Amino acid sequence: MIAFPWITVLTSVPIAGALVVLGIGGGVGERNKNLARGLALAFSFLALGLTLFLWHHFNSASGALQFQERYPWIPALGVEYRVGIDGLGLLMLLLTSIVVPIGMLASWQIQERVPLYFSLVLLLQACLFGTFTALNFFHWFIFWELSLIPAFFLIKLWGGPRRTSAATQFLVYTMVGSIALLLAFLAIFLATGKFDFIDLAGLAQNGQLMPAVVRNLGWHRFTPEHVALMIFAGAFLGFAVKVPLVPFHTWLPSAYSEAPTGTTILLTGAMSKMGLYGFLRILLPIFGAEMQQVLTPLLWLAVATIVLSAYAALVQKDLKRIFAYSSINHLGYCLLGIFAVLKFTGGDVALTAEKYAAMNGVLLQMFNHGLTAATLFWFVAMLEKRSGGLRGLNDFGGLRKVMPVFAGLMGIALFSSLGLPGLNGFVGEFLIFKGSFPLATWAAALSVFGLLATAIFILGILQRVFSGALNTTWAAMPDLTTGERLALAPAIGLMFALGLYPQWVLAVVNSTVMQMVQQLKF
Amino acid sequence: MTGIVQNLWLVPALPILAAGIIALAKQRNRVFAASLAIGSMTLSFLLSLCAFAHVLWLSHRGEAELQVVNFRWFQFGNEWLRLGWMLNPLTAVMLLMVTFVGLLIFIYSIGYMAHDENFTRFFCFLALFAGAMLGVVIANSLLLLFMCWELVGLTSYLLIGFWYHNPRAAAAAKKAFIVTRIGDLAFFLGMAWLYAQTGTLLFYDNGAGCLEHTALASLVAQTTILGLTASTGIALLIFCGAAGKSGQVPLHVWLPDAMEGPTPVSALIHAATMVAAGVFLIARIYPLMSASLMSAHTGMALPLHPTVALQVVTWVGAITAVFGAIIAVAHYDIKRILAYSTISQLGYMMMGLGVGGVAVGMFHLLTHAFFKALLFLGAGSVIHGCSGEQDIRRMGGLRKLMPITFATYAVGMLALCGFPLFFSGFWSKDAILHAAHTWSVSQVPFHLGAFGALLTAFYMTRQVYYVFGGSSRLAGASHASPHASTTPRESAAVMTIPLLILASFAMLLGLIGTPAWPWLQAFLDGQPTALHFSAFANVYLLTVMLSSSLLVFLGLGLGWWFYGRKPMEDSQKAGAMPDAMPDAVEQLQPRIFAVLNHSFYVDELYAATLLRLNAGWASVCDWLDRWVWNGAVQTVSHLALGLAWADDFVDTRIVNAGFDEGCQSVSRGGQILALLQGGQVQSYLRRIGFALIALAVFLLWGARG
Repeated sequence: MIAFPWITVLTSVPIAGALVVLGIGGGVGERNKNLARGLALAFSFLALGLTLFLWHHFNSASGALQFQERYPWIPALGVEYRVGIDGLGLLMLLLTSIVVPIGMLASWQIQERVPLYFSLVLLLQACLFGTFTALNFFHWFIFWELSLIPAFFLIKLWGGPRRTSAATQFLVYTMVGSIALLLAFLAIFLATGKFDFIDLAGLAQNGQLMPAVVRNLGWHRFTPEHVALMIFAGAFLGFAVKVPLVPFHTWLPSAYSEAPTGTTILLTGAMSKMGLYGFLRILLPIFGAEMQQVLTPLLWLAVATIVLSAYAALVQKDLKRIFAYSSINHLGYCLLGIFAVLKFTGGDVALTAEKYAAMNGVLLQMFNHGLTAATLFWFVAMLEKRSGGLRGLNDFGGLRKVMPVFAGLMGIALFSSLGLPGLNGFVGEFLIFKGSFPLATWAAALSVFGLLATAIFILGILQRVFSGALNTTWAAMPDLTTGERLALAPAIGLMFALGLYPQWVLAVVNSTVMQMVQQLKF
Repeated sequence: MTGIVQNLWLVPALPILAAGIIALAKQRNRVFAASLAIGSMTLSFLLSLCAFAHVLWLSHRGEAELQVVNFRWFQFGNEWLRLGWMLNPLTAVMLLMVTFVGLLIFIYSIGYMAHDENFTRFFCFLALFAGAMLGVVIANSLLLLFMCWELVGLTSYLLIGFWYHNPRAAAAAKKAFIVTRIGDLAFFLGMAWLYAQTGTLLFYDNGAGCLEHTALASLVAQTTILGLTASTGIALLIFCGAAGKSGQVPLHVWLPDAMEGPTPVSALIHAATMVAAGVFLIARIYPLMSASLMSAHTGMALPLHPTVALQVVTWVGAITAVFGAIIAVAHYDIKRILAYSTISQLGYMMMGLGVGGVAVGMFHLLTHAFFKALLFLGAGSVIHGCSGEQDIRRMGGLRKLMPITFATYAVGMLALCGFPLFFSGFWSKDAILHAAHTWSVSQVPFHLGAFGALLTAFYMTRQVYYVFGGSSRLAGASHASPHASTTPRESAAVMTIPLLILASFAMLLGLIGTPAWPWLQAFLDGQPTALHFSAFANVYLLTVMLSSSLLVFLGLGLGWWFYGRKPMEDSQKAGAMPDAMPDAVEQLQPRIFAVLNHSFYVDELYAATLLRLNAGWASVCDWLDRWVWNGAVQTVSHLALGLAWADDFVDTRIVNAGFDEGCQSVSRGGQILALLQGGQVQSYLRRIGFALIALAVFLLWGARG
């Protein structure tokens, strides 16, 4: 059977879309804009359809890579075109496919250079698809870096008043991390001649990777541990910036708040998962032993990420900045789970079950955060559209009176972010805490303060924006239109569906999770 | 009959379904919303009756009364996370109470909320609350219980803030959610710990559940930090959640503020059911609370020496009982007095659980649910009649104007005070005091409880004299409160009939747990019961009963002495405003009264300490973000910029400068040379001509020379 190159096709759909939408060119008429928006949305739905097709045909009983394509590319450099997905990759593809249409819908009111905007969004989607499917460092890194270009221009050209510095900071900061990552992988390549993630993970598990590095690079003045840690530190920095991990996060609040809200949705919903994906696909299998050596500081960094960002969110006055910090906080729980899994447990079966729980929780939380954060920023976009760009915590008041449906649905999304049982946020957090508590008790216990602070600022938003006396400036603010309600319905419905029946996602990722945990050898 | 167990999930599911339909339906459709909510609640009540009958039938046949249905929720790793529901006597009585009281309050709400613009939303939230609460009751999994518990918290939040345009209501809702969430997070950690230790969160699972012998035996065998056993640590963490929900000191601060919600909400959620959920939770996990090494060996339910966890429960409960009662003496808001009374009574329940076991605590929970719901609904009727007035100083004389409300309120008040023999509160409070009297650790909780009983009788008498005694002071205050101009009138039948039904239960319900016929206790323990009047012959029992009755009479008498002896209108004739008129206790002890009137300044204390700490820490985090982390990044970027500038300087001024100099001299030479290369033949010829002449002259000159 000649396998159909589904993944390559999937990645090329948004590229084709980007070219087509760009080809519409610089017409200025309203029809021209609508054509660009409509076409872009159609391409994103096509990608969503393809992803759902993959989801349907994915064999969830197996944790192995599926839909693989593998062609030699530059044999002399060990470069192959190799793509494939397991449960993790598939979940990220689905999340991207869901988040991109949301981002497009939230960008509908953008009026300048519409075709360029939407083609950049599609290009970003293609880069995300490429990142989540590539299995060879060479083209994985191309996609990883290339994704910065559309993101940079989306912030720089359509962003808020301080967009230039925000975009530059975003680009330079991430680039620094990427260079460290590149250097680490070049060192590995020089020593082993391999760029393939799966092969490298195999070497790492056999304990051959770092000795080979030490032997072939001739750094005999350093112990193998030091060499390994240096290389690990380089790779770690690349992903830590991307996630981000405190203290490498300062690019995020300004980038998220200055970006046009439709782009923020893409940044938080999909792009922020690139870092976590890197942790799971690359760091954990290849550098598991090194991470385990510095596990305690890593756990403290995760706790700091969770607690500091949640409390920093408490004092923000701009809704987008609040949600930006909240994003850092939510991804911090994922990091807590990932690090807890690295705890050496000597093969204790009971604790292996805790690792399965934590890791399943991490994957679920990644998806849930993408969905919820994207929806929350979507609400901010709709609020900005109505208020003429205002989005301060104290700019509103009593809005529930004039827009009850808006308040109700945004309330659902906010409570999902808070982790209310019955909505999607809860199960992921529960599984992460359930797994982390026995593995890293104090880190998990302290992280609870993040949950508390989250509750405080979420309820603060509800109180200041929607309750109290109606701010008369907004007495005529329109409630959600039927179109907006219909557009929101799938996202809100998904929050309920995943909250009540998380098995829908867990069934697909569980085998992958078990394999990931079993492959951790120290 | 096992069909009822299989279908028990319908009991919470029906109200939740109704809530969902109401939420999606049109806002205008009032009759539809109310009838759907009440219809679903009626069905749940009927199902609960069936469930109760089923358990009775089983206990009559002497069969095992515990029946569980567990199901798979999701899979992680090789194991499935399972949830489930259960039916046992505790579930059955609680279901019956919640659905019945809930149903009455739903009906009452039709009258109370008739003019509210968000009538349908109210019934949506109320139905959602009922469903979540019933979920707490039937859950056979700590996780499912926690999930419903949080949903209950959500609906409580939504209903306290129901009049969201009122900033105080919005603030109170937020406060309630956050204070209870502090407890809930400890609960959450306790749950994670329990899960890690026992590998299951199902309560009962054919011997593998976390409340069953194997799990408890392993929990008591492990010692963790501070020398506590794992079971104690987990039990105390879970108790934090219960204390938050049930308004125990020091997490009680949200409950008085929660009175900003509509009065039916206060009756249902903040008196009868939700706040009792904490007590119910402790009753549910009682095997864990009472697990000790000794009980693990003997299998005894109540060891002779109470566990650390139960001692903590007792002390917290006893302190809360007195704390709430003493504050209730000095408040003027009719609902706040009842709220502090609820805090106090919840303390009694916790103490009852600690000293006497499940049956003692649950008995008071059940009787309290009826008489406190009655009191709140009566208060609602009063507030409704007085057009929204809540200050008892501006009431008075309602005895004649609202006779049904007065009669039922008096029943509720006597039941709460524990008036002997004919009122349910007497029997349930007496059971607690009796158990406290026989507690092996200390007699202090007993004395605290007895003192609380005296205070209870006193503050309730005070309240009733203020509200119903004398003549109306409403008119006198009408200019201060413009909407209170009409004469108070009796409420409609849709409100008074629930009052009458609740009043009859407030009197009769005590009969199910008297020492002569301790049916409830036996039912909860799964033992047969018979009528023994000889039980009253117990000297200790009689002593406790007599002394507590004397205290109640003393409280009532003191109340009469201070507030009933001289009719209150006297001072008003002197021209004083009702608000300015000092309270009788205030005249006696103004300083103490002020402290109590400010609820011991606990809110102020928290604002000055915890809230400041929280805000300060948040500012620190923000500062770290702005100056330290970002500062480091900015420093690096400025260093990079500085390096670039230095590089530029070296390039342009040093490297380039030398290079440029060389270039310029070359180019100057070139320019000069270029003059020779003009490309014009004439100039070349001219130069050749000059050169030839010069050559010729030179040669000629040389030849001659």
